[in-house]
Amino acid sequence: MSAPPGNAHSTPNKPSAGRVRRPVTAYWRAVGVIAWKDLRAEIRSRELVTSMILFTLMTVMVFSLALELDADARQNTVAGVLWVTVVFAGMLGLSRSLAAEKDRGSLDALLLAPIDRSALFFGKMIGNLVFVLVVAGVLMFALTVMFNITLIRPLIVLFVLLGSIGFTTVGTLFSSMSVHARARETLLPILLLPVVLPILISAVRGSTAILNDLPSDDWLPWLQLLVVADVIFLAAGYALFDFVVEE
Amino acid sequence: MIDEVAARPMIEAQKLVKIFGVNPVLRGLDLDVQRGEFLALLGPNGSGKTTLLRILAALARPTSGTVRIGGWELPGEADYVRAQLGVVSHMPLLYDTLTAEENLLFFARLYDLPRGERRDRVHTMLRRVGLHRRARDVVRTFSRGMVQRLAIARAVLHDPAVLLLDEPYTGLDQDAAALLDDLLGEVAAAGRTVIMTTHDLRRGHALADRIAILSRGTIVYDVSCHAVAAADLPGLYADVTGAVTTR
Amino acid sequence: MTYSVPRDRALKGLTIAAGVLFVLAMLMDFFYVGPEKTQGEAQRIFYIHLGSFLGAFIAFAAAVVAGIRYLSSRESRWDILGLASVEIGLGLSGITIITGMAWAKPIWNTWWTWDPRLTSITIMWLAYAAYLMLRAGIDDPERRRRFAAVYGIVAFASVLFTIIIIRVRPDTIHPVVAGPTQADPSGGFDVAGRIRDTLFFNLFTFSVITVTLVWHRIRLENLAERVTRRKLDVLSEL
Repeated sequence: MSAPPGNAHSTPNKPSAGRVRRPVTAYWRAVGVIAWKDLRAEIRSRELVTSMILFTLMTVMVFSLALELDADARQNTVAGVLWVTVVFAGMLGLSRSLAAEKDRGSLDALLLAPIDRSALFFGKMIGNLVFVLVVAGVLMFALTVMFNITLIRPLIVLFVLLGSIGFTTVGTLFSSMSVHARARETLLPILLLPVVLPILISAVRGSTAILNDLPSDDWLPWLQLLVVADVIFLAAGYALFDFVVEE
Repeated sequence: MIDEVAARPMIEAQKLVKIFGVNPVLRGLDLDVQRGEFLALLGPNGSGKTTLLRILAALARPTSGTVRIGGWELPGEADYVRAQLGVVSHMPLLYDTLTAEENLLFFARLYDLPRGERRDRVHTMLRRVGLHRRARDVVRTFSRGMVQRLAIARAVLHDPAVLLLDEPYTGLDQDAAALLDDLLGEVAAAGRTVIMTTHDLRRGHALADRIAILSRGTIVYDVSCHAVAAADLPGLYADVTGAVTTR
Repeated sequence: MTYSVPRDRALKGLTIAAGVLFVLAMLMDFFYVGPEKTQGEAQRIFYIHLGSFLGAFIAFAAAVVAGIRYLSSRESRWDILGLASVEIGLGLSGITIITGMAWAKPIWNTWWTWDPRLTSITIMWLAYAAYLMLRAGIDDPERRRRFAAVYGIVAFASVLFTIIIIRVRPDTIHPVVAGPTQADPSGGFDVAGRIRDTLFFNLFTFSVITVTLVWHRIRLENLAERVTRRKLDVLSEL
């Protein structure tokens, strides 16, 4: 496609356009600029994160009422509650983030910039990731207080981080496809859920094992599976996003 | 070497074909635009003007045919082409939750303008389009004309060698249109290559060096502005576009 | 794309071969191999179960290859291969799920259990059903082909997951036939002698059937496209 990261400033043997040739914007700077733009807009409006967090808290209420959990049951279901909520709240954010770019035409503005398409992908993905992590953080705190189970532990945080990376990677890729569909809001979950389920299952099983203080044999395979899934999905996003946004 | 490059047209498009589904939008279109030339692209709705501009801007990929801009080939060297392009489309290509200043600063970073010059450049452009008093207002609060002015500032922010303007006068009031006339006059005088699509035959004739009329996916008429009087243009336009549609 | 006579003839030959193989495979399942010592007659369904899963795997892998080839060449025949593979794969993995349920009823005494393997293959099936939803939801044919190619590649993750979950998650009750397993699943058996012969013959048969079906589906799609084109030609002449 275009110049690989790190090599962006050198093109040998290219005719000068008769003016001073402008180098292409460096890869990671472009990623950072795009992610920062999304965060900046969100810090100003707080629309997305506010609605995601409210949705999250309401979902926790619904779960605790619907499942009528006692202390033992909570121990085994809290990771499930955490992840189901994060995924659905995350989907709210994902569909909004790309839909807003497309409907206002600003996606074209990003595509017009002299940056690698995958830099745009990672920029959007990192923006989405931060939203999902904020929501997950608030949720972990809320569940710790309301379910009386200490979720804020290094290993759980690691699982949340890895799970969120995989989820937002696939989510960003698929939501940039679903925005072109007729029924975009319904299509995104249908596309996304079956594909991210490996991540969801790994994160839930692994976290539950840790919460029950099981030996590392019980959660390490899930952690490995999660890392492998993340790597596969990141590679897929890097390679395939280009084909999604072209016309 | 330099002479050879400088002698080549800035924009070379050959045998462009674009098919959407079963509808051919461009049918073997050839177009050369010289360095520093201002081309007004006329034609009825659906004649393929927007599609042509999107292909030149590397936003769309032709079904077949080749494009070279400033010596770089599309889509292979799209990043280098993009660095030299400024685009104004029907969509504002701006973020309405960010302020005018933030929008321009974002694009300045995305186009990798030198850190020290960014802010100056942004403020110069804001002053130039008469928006410096509203620099800190969110774009959502702007009128259509103000948004279009900001969109133009955005397009020329990185001092592009080639400007692609798709109906830039749509939705502008008298004052804004006059400002745009001035700006485009300046741009042309600065030796930039410009392609502008428009329905306004008189304005196209007044601003451009050359007029091309597009109909049903090919250029059916191509003439220097000196060779045709503004008054003759409407009749001519009806002839060439009508002649093709009744075939 | 017109259909040449030799190609039609090759397809006809393959179809007959697949049919004969299928009859032979069924005869082996029901007569050549004896009832398994612990599971009895119910075990016979296992050959179809594993055969159809292999077929689905081949089909979904073909969809990945088709997706990659489509994105690099933009030739619509690769897209047709992708669509055909996914549809056939859906059918075959549907057979895998249904035969699994039929087997589970006498052996596990339930049609369905939330075992990781059962869950993951169902998720795989849903992922590919979503592929068809995606195609239906995108109007522009060029974009539909492109997105379908991308999704067809990424969705293969769910196939891999179905295969590897049994290694990660030892608490499944689903038997593991190939490779080692730490657990002692209920319903496992040794693969040897006549059982092995029958199994390999079924795997081969289902591979041939998969290729045949995909080919037929491609042919159907090509013919449908030709009809559409003829219709457009006729309409434009009016």
